Amino acid sequence: MISDGVVEDEEKWLSAGIAGLQQNAFHMHRALDSNNLKDALKYSAQMLSELRTSRLSPHKYYELYMRAFDELRKLEIFFKEETSRGCSIVELYELVQHAGNILPRLYLLCTVGSVYIKSKEAPAKDVLKDLVEMCRGIQHPLRGLFLRSYLSQVSRDKLPDIGSEYEGRDADTVMDAVEFVLQNFTEMNKLWVRMQHQGPAREKDKRGKERGELRDLVGKNLHVLSQIEGVDLEMYKETVLPRVLEQVVNCKDELAQYYLMDCIIQVFPDEYHLQTLETLLSACPQLQSSVDVETVLSRLMERLSNYAASGSEVLPEFFQVEAFAKLNNSIGKVIEAQENMPIAGVVTLYASLLTFTLQVHPDRLDYIDQILGACVKKLSGREKLNDSKATKQIVALLSAPLEKYKDIDTALNLSNYPRIMECLNDGTHKEMANVIVQNILKNKTCISTAEKVDALFELIKGLIRDLDGDTHDELDADFIEEQNSVARLIQILHSDDPEEMLKVIETVRKHILTGGRKRLPYTVPPLIFSSLKLVRRLEKQEESVSGDEASTTPKKIFQLVTQTIEALTSIPVPELALGLYLQCAEAANDCDLEPVAYEFFTQAYILYEEEITDSKTQVTSIHLIIGTLQRMHVFGVENRDALTHKATGYSAKLLKKPDQCRAVYACSHLFWLDDHDSIRDEERVLLCLKRALRIANAVQQMANATRGSSGSALLFIEILNKYLYFYEKGVSQITVESIQDLIKLIRNEMQGDASPSDPAADAFLASTLRYIQFQKDKGGAVGDKYMLITD
Amino acid sequence: MVLVLALGDLHIPHRAPDLPAKFKSMLVPGKIQHVICTGNLCIKEVHEYLKTVCPDLHITRGEYDEDSRYPDTKTLTIGQFKLGVCHGHQVIPWGDLDSLAMLQRQLDVDILVTGHTHQFTAYKHEAGVVINPGSATGAFSSITYDVNPSFVLMDIDGLRVVVYVYELIDGEVKVDKIDFKKTTTPTNLPH
Repeated sequence: MISDGVVEDEEKWLSAGIAGLQQNAFHMHRALDSNNLKDALKYSAQMLSELRTSRLSPHKYYELYMRAFDELRKLEIFFKEETSRGCSIVELYELVQHAGNILPRLYLLCTVGSVYIKSKEAPAKDVLKDLVEMCRGIQHPLRGLFLRSYLSQVSRDKLPDIGSEYEGRDADTVMDAVEFVLQNFTEMNKLWVRMQHQGPAREKDKRGKERGELRDLVGKNLHVLSQIEGVDLEMYKETVLPRVLEQVVNCKDELAQYYLMDCIIQVFPDEYHLQTLETLLSACPQLQSSVDVETVLSRLMERLSNYAASGSEVLPEFFQVEAFAKLNNSIGKVIEAQENMPIAGVVTLYASLLTFTLQVHPDRLDYIDQILGACVKKLSGREKLNDSKATKQIVALLSAPLEKYKDIDTALNLSNYPRIMECLNDGTHKEMANVIVQNILKNKTCISTAEKVDALFELIKGLIRDLDGDTHDELDADFIEEQNSVARLIQILHSDDPEEMLKVIETVRKHILTGGRKRLPYTVPPLIFSSLKLVRRLEKQEESVSGDEASTTPKKIFQLVTQTIEALTSIPVPELALGLYLQCAEAANDCDLEPVAYEFFTQAYILYEEEITDSKTQVTSIHLIIGTLQRMHVFGVENRDALTHKATGYSAKLLKKPDQCRAVYACSHLFWLDDHDSIRDEERVLLCLKRALRIANAVQQMANATRGSSGSALLFIEILNKYLYFYEKGVSQITVESIQDLIKLIRNEMQGDASPSDPAADAFLASTLRYIQFQKDKGGAVGDKYMLITD
Repeated sequence: MVLVLALGDLHIPHRAPDLPAKFKSMLVPGKIQHVICTGNLCIKEVHEYLKTVCPDLHITRGEYDEDSRYPDTKTLTIGQFKLGVCHGHQVIPWGDLDSLAMLQRQLDVDILVTGHTHQFTAYKHEAGVVINPGSATGAFSSITYDVNPSFVLMDIDGLRVVVYVYELIDGEVKVDKIDFKKTTTPTNLPH
């Protein structure tokens, strides 16, 4: 309530001030119009008295000030005209000093002074010096700041700069201009700092805020300095910067120091900063400990980075001034000086330095490593980082080299990189590991030696295994995505040399086996397929390589693979493991390694018998078993018999009869291989088909019993198609009669009163019959065969 | 003119890290009306990527697919053509054209799209066409050696379908095309 009251009051006072100002301005205008100098001075002084108030906050005072400013412009024009009418400027200068109160007096003086300088009746430097000294009369911070701001504004275009009309022969030089601005700046800063200590302690925050609103008034002076043409590098180095820094350091005010350091950095050109780096940086440790030096330095480094990026012709300058060394040193000193700097600040500094170095010295990996090393020193010995700001900065720090070099190789070569990773807490470690993996996937970086793979997997270990604190067991979407990324990563690892590739595979295996039940289903399959790809490569090579004792053989790889798939049994994921065993069996088949292939089949069968209990899974597994077995040519008679016997056994024992039927007739293909003369067992083929028929019959009977109507004839039509298949292949035991009998049977089933119409079966039968006709029409040997079928 | 993309056997991430970049840049969303996928994606992310290429997505189940709810077979009608999709590991012997033709007769479709062998084939026989788009990522296959990444784009226009096959060979995309015309439905044979 009190503050509301204050605000209300302020509004009232401001309105009153404005009203008073406007009233006097009105009279002043009347006087100007009638060329009444005396009255003009009287009323302008009265008008300016409104600015003597202490009741307004900076924001409101500014409003009042702006109005006064506008009025004073008109007054200035009048003064100019007066001088051309014969009034002496010197006299005018005297006259205005008769104003009663000092503040109006000084405003008027500055206004006349402006005209004085323009008239060139006196050297600019003299007038300026006089004015800047006189302004000392106002020691009240707020009023003084605005007064001096006014002085700055009116004098801006009248400084004795090089090439300006006010540059004197020997009297006025750039030095004088600089001196003037520096003095004004210094006094303004002092006033500004003094504001902090006015008023009761409880209003400290409010004062801080109010000071913030005024900071641009002080900063403007620096801006003016930067605009003075005559301020070249020499003058900046010798005079401007040292004087400004002196004031900044000596004022010992946190707000001023932070703002002004930043101002210097933003306002003056980058070349100057480079050449005065040491001086600028030496001020930093001298600043108050509460100043956010990290941000200041970061912004400096950012500017310099951008400068370096602007063109390569700029880079030699950086080398010449040894920018990196200086910055590095300075940062070290600052961190030492500010013992309580939060860790986030430390990391920010190093992150900015890193960005700078990547821009300016991209080839100096030793610099990068140095920076990382300094970070490690700071981070080690503490607990793992939990501060979110700091961790964000660290992730940025670690990601920067990856982004720049696009090659994980470079990062792996930085000895301190893994050490920093160690300092991260588990969550951040995983996040960073993810960043690394994504970077590799995006850039398709080739990682081709076992050593590098080892280093890489060690680096991303947060993804590979449970770190200490990790106990959650749920497989959430993030976890799955992570593991899939790791799987993709495994796919990318490649070496042209088979020996090396095997080592890579062994290294990966070593790491993923530490992953535990959660991770193996995701990481083992890609490794297996990587291994099988290598086997295939060796296969092709073997044909050309002449019997050298190669240490990398398919056999060796199969051993490795077996041991790896075994790891899946503890989880368990039988379906996946079965599929993998069968893939390996096929690969062994291609290498003519009969015992190895047999062993893989054995393992697959064991899994089927003991672990796969779900009927849908069984059906898929049976398809895989039969399909794979059908393609095997490496097995001798005994082995093949054992395996096919088992396979048909499994088929017949599937739970649902239709599944049984289909699996059994699929088994018929096990006994007939087109390209293998010895595997053409007509009897067994027919046995399978007949067995399938029996099962189909049983299905019909069951349907009759349970539903009162016969089921679909679909199974019969499928078997018919198989009959036709083998008939075409020349299986003599499949006679024309058997085919015709089957067609009759089907027709009966479908036309019986008790049978519901089944469009699928109808269509299938129709298309089968069309096929028969088509084959007849083909003519030749095929046509002859089919012509025998009459329906 | 209806464009149908047919692809499959990507095996991401077990056997391949990603689709080839050149393919990805060709599969621009909004240009294709239907997508048929024979299966073995294997993960959800691939499903979602395909959905962005075209929302009308038909997938059948491959033996390594993460999502077990995909159907074993699917039939759909596009224009004048009936299409059937099946991964193919269920049809034994794998890759055998006659056995696939049997499946085609069973589904009663003009075009049968299957996969599993990772080898592109387009085979015409009396009842229609059997197309295998191969593996879109060139994934390892125990059946086929030297798999090149490939996919198929069908342009269905009235009674005619032009099958474009895109293959990535030695870093270059090669295109081939095959024309098929559907004969009008034959008269029914007497029972």
